[in-house]
Amino acid sequence: MFLDLSDDQVALQQGIRALLSGRFGSERIRAGFDREMFDELADAGVFSLIADGFSWADAVIVFEQLGEFCVPGPLVGSFLAGGERITGVYAESTRTIEHIADLEALILLDEEKVLAVDLANLVAESLDWPLDPLTPVARVADFGETTLLAGIDPVEWRQRGAVLTAAYCLGLSSRLCEMSVAYAKERLQFDRPIGSFQAIKHLLADMAMRTEVARAAVYNAGAHLDASDVAGLTRSISVAKALACEAAIRCGKDATQVHGGMGYTWEVDVHLYLKRAWVLDTHFGSHEHHFDHVAETA
Amino acid sequence: MELRYSDSDEAFRARLSEWLKSELPQFANAPHRDDWEHRRRFDTDWQKRVFDAGYAGLNWPKQYGGADASPTEQLIFFEETTKAKAPYVGVNFVGTLHAGPTLVEEGTAEQKAEHLPRILSGEEVWCQGFSEPNAGSDLAGLATRAERDGDHYVLNGQKTWCSFGHVADVGEFLVRTDQNAPKHRGISWLILPMDLPGIEIRPIKTVLGSSEFCEVFLTDVRVPISNRVGEENDGWRVTNVTLKYERGTAFVGELIDSLRLCADLANTVKDPVDRRELGRSLADFDALWSLTKRNVSQSVTGQVGPGSMMVKLAYSEARQRFGELCLRVLGRDALSLADNELIEERLRTQALTIAAGASQIQRNIISERVLGLPREPR
Repeated sequence: MFLDLSDDQVALQQGIRALLSGRFGSERIRAGFDREMFDELADAGVFSLIADGFSWADAVIVFEQLGEFCVPGPLVGSFLAGGERITGVYAESTRTIEHIADLEALILLDEEKVLAVDLANLVAESLDWPLDPLTPVARVADFGETTLLAGIDPVEWRQRGAVLTAAYCLGLSSRLCEMSVAYAKERLQFDRPIGSFQAIKHLLADMAMRTEVARAAVYNAGAHLDASDVAGLTRSISVAKALACEAAIRCGKDATQVHGGMGYTWEVDVHLYLKRAWVLDTHFGSHEHHFDHVAETA
Repeated sequence: MELRYSDSDEAFRARLSEWLKSELPQFANAPHRDDWEHRRRFDTDWQKRVFDAGYAGLNWPKQYGGADASPTEQLIFFEETTKAKAPYVGVNFVGTLHAGPTLVEEGTAEQKAEHLPRILSGEEVWCQGFSEPNAGSDLAGLATRAERDGDHYVLNGQKTWCSFGHVADVGEFLVRTDQNAPKHRGISWLILPMDLPGIEIRPIKTVLGSSEFCEVFLTDVRVPISNRVGEENDGWRVTNVTLKYERGTAFVGELIDSLRLCADLANTVKDPVDRRELGRSLADFDALWSLTKRNVSQSVTGQVGPGSMMVKLAYSEARQRFGELCLRVLGRDALSLADNELIEERLRTQALTIAAGASQIQRNIISERVLGLPREPR
């Protein structure tokens, strides 16, 4: 039993972090997702980890870093679909699709089946003012004729999608903590850094605590994806998705509070992280959905 | 990352389970929580069995009678004994988990020889005399004085929240040996035989209606200077040397027990809002169990991450939240402590956010030591 990063995983984490901090700074992120961004991530091997012999726990480490940098785009969907094409993966019941202009494939999961949508003939109305400015959304009235994709287990895809999304949300939380701590050290009021006041310190301590608890849950779920013979897979996934999404949302709110008026501006990145957390809470089951599932396993 | 335990860890677990199965039937009837005479005997009898089976001092070095077990084996021991509902470490808590390891690290050869074997075999029960009426969160502000008189210290002062004070043979006491030094640098760590003249012990009745703690009044108590552990005025450091013995396992029993209580309650919870809250409690405890494993994994590789501090803070609050759910679900069935351990637990766990560092102090420590924020004035 070893529930921490191996030396190889630390190297992987540092590698992806170096890539993202060099090329995916705030300005690039704010320009939004595009084909070039996808190609760069694909060239770095982000979408082909499993085919390249990496584990799901390794994929978790990579998606945590993507979240740290708030990298936009249908990353989890593209990963699930093998990373050849920009792919959106959604529950069959949804009518709101993200990044539709960039999609090269759109896949729907229902209880038993995996369905491919005919994108070329899809009628979609893009919506103004998406909640997350880096996640454009469009509404679809009818998906039309779909094609059954044989040989894919929708349950497996949902599980993997939930874990990778949880990992991304963990990254959001982690960076929100970091930004807030840095701001609390430099922002002076009453002639002191605001981070010296207990009211602020305790908010930050709670953010850090939530993030560490979520991190353990997410790593545990990643390790479960790699060890199908160990009992407790579905519960571990729900625990991870619920706690990581909730942590990201609550850290987003607390980070806004710590940043004060600046946290309410477009200029500071905090709102982008909070908005992404809200969006991702709707992917592969909300935190409420997953808490309910955990209760069913009791 | 690896969820599976090694073959040798699994063998350790299997051996332990077998042993628990054979021993536990004789320890089925625990005495009432306020029957201290029997509690002492029950807990020390259990400790003797643990000792005879080679599990005592699991985390102590072999040369002092310990088992020199790995952090993972320590985790498994707490996990399996809790699952099997074995007696809790009870009155042996201070000796085996705090005073003993302190002596291992800092005691003289004579001090080790006198106390360590007796702690492990359950013959000697220890209590802790750290807190004072005016030194709680600010423990280093303690005022109990120890003045030299020949080859003795003369102690005067008052201690409180002394766990097991009324049944202990010996205490680990923090006293002020330098009135003029900065407060952290004038404290010494003493071995105090509890039968010395001038020691008066009064039980404190807690919200549970029982007395888990005592006040200790010290009036001209003469203690040999040779009972000091570590250098004079170095007691603050001495008291912190045991941290590395915990290795992330401090809340294993609590977590395993909490998961069992959740499962026990589950069938009673029907309302959808309560079901979701139950799911949250389970998720919290599961995640803290994962975090505990992560902390133990780090301990195996010799790292000390911030995880242990996080577990204390997060667990205390998660457990109290679960307690609220229990009260809500049980409603008017929750009006007697006699019927249901969940209600007693709800009361007991109120101490979690206060004892061993109040949650507010934990947040100060996390924000300063982990996040590097400016220090509180002190």
